[in-house]
Formats: sequence, structure tokens, C-alpha cells
Amino acid sequence: MVSYRTPLGRVRGMGAAKHGVGHFITQRTTGAALVILILWVIAVALGVGHADYATTVAWLGSPWNAVPAVLLIGTAFTHMNIGMQVVIEDYIHVPATKIALLILSLFVCWSGAALGIFSILKVAFGGAH
Amino acid sequence: MSEAKAGGTGSRPLSPHLQVWRWHLTLAASILHRATGMALYGGAFIAAGWAISLAAGEQTFNCYRALLGSPLGVFVLIGLTFSAFFHLANGVRHLVWDSGLAFEPRVATATAAGVLAFGAVATAAVWTIVFLHGAA
Repeated sequence: MVSYRTPLGRVRGMGAAKHGVGHFITQRTTGAALVILILWVIAVALGVGHADYATTVAWLGSPWNAVPAVLLIGTAFTHMNIGMQVVIEDYIHVPATKIALLILSLFVCWSGAALGIFSILKVAFGGAH
Repeated sequence: MSEAKAGGTGSRPLSPHLQVWRWHLTLAASILHRATGMALYGGAFIAAGWAISLAAGEQTFNCYRALLGSPLGVFVLIGLTFSAFFHLANGVRHLVWDSGLAFEPRVATATAAGVLAFGAVATAAVWTIVFLHGAA
């Protein structure tokens, strides 16, 4: 089939569209943020890890604790979804299984993050029940 | 492993498979980075579960706390603590590599030993504090 379009016209708009390194950048920015957030959560776990229900609820009522907790969940689930995607793509070579596992991991990560963030906000805004 | 027609790779060179690598510290750190990443994938759901149990009320929260404080729970948490410290330190090692530094074999081996030692020491320090506090 003869095409009258120029080579440039055929490829324009079909290239990398500047998204080629999106995962690479996201994995590193979330990783850098997690360095701080993980050290924070281990430090506070040593403090409130053995506290009772009322103390823990009061602790999450402070924005200084609830906001980093929300950030931690959002950042961690984004980071681990990309990480799991790389592992699945490396080891699973059957297309149907690979796609199913990728979608499953994505849905599970989104669900875990949504439940975790909702729970933190519920406690932060609502207090003890 | 130069012939790999079954995989549809034709005559393209393949990197050696896992069983023909000579074991080395950098190899161990690389595999452990992925393994601890997978462990932390599960650990994130344990953390999210903690928040969910807190939102569910006092009874659920106390049950979840008892579960985490059980011998199995403590065993899992110690493993996750090591995973977090190791994956964090080795992640920083990767960030340094991304800037184009520290690729020399001797340096890479030394930093691999460093992040393994950091993971072990930091985990021991955290759990010493936990056990001295008398609560897990």
C-alpha cells in the first residue's frame, strides 16, 4: 500500500509522549519520601506502639500525626504497586496471567490505601467510638 | 546458556541464569532488596489493618494488638523491621547509583556489606528498645 504521508508525519504523535520514564521517576520520588516517612513511623511506633485504645485515638487526632500517616499510606502503596509490577513483569511471561496479576495488584493496592486512609481520617475526625 | 531458541530469543545474548552466578555480597543484596520489597508489600497491609482496626473500635483494636503481640506477630514484625531498614538503606544505595556514583566493584561490595549491617544493627536496636519497654 502506497502512503503519501511523510515519514515524519507517520511517527508524529506516536512516540514516547514524554511518559517513558514516568515509573522510574515515581519509584524514586516515592522512595525518597519513604526514607523520611518510614523512619518517622518506626520512631513513633516505639512511642505509641504499646499505648491503649484511647491514647492511640487521641494521638491520631493531632494533624501532626494523622497527616504523615496519610502521606505514608499513599506513598507506600504507590511505591509497592510499581515494585510489584516490575516483579510480575520479570517473572510472569503468560500474557493473560501477567495482565490479570497486574490488575489484581493495582486493585488490591488501591483498596488497601483507600481503606487505610479512610480509617485514619475517621479516627482523626471522629475520635473514639 | 548461549543457546536459547526455546525462549524465542534466537541468537541474542542472554544474561546468565540464577544458577550459574557465583554467590557474592552484591548479588545477595540485590536479591534481598526484591525479597524485602515483597515482604513489605504484605507489611503495608498489616499497617493498613492496624488503622482499620483502630477505626473499627476498641474491641477490634485490642484483638489486633493481641495478634501483633503474639509470638508469631512479634516474629513477623521483627522480620518487617529488618525488611524496612534494609530496603530503605539499599534504596538509598540505588539512588546514589542513579546519580552515577559508587559503581566500582570494591565500593559496591563495601556498600552492600554496609546496608546489610545497618539493617541488622538498626533492627536489633529497635527491638532492644521494645523489649526493654516491656511491651510489643
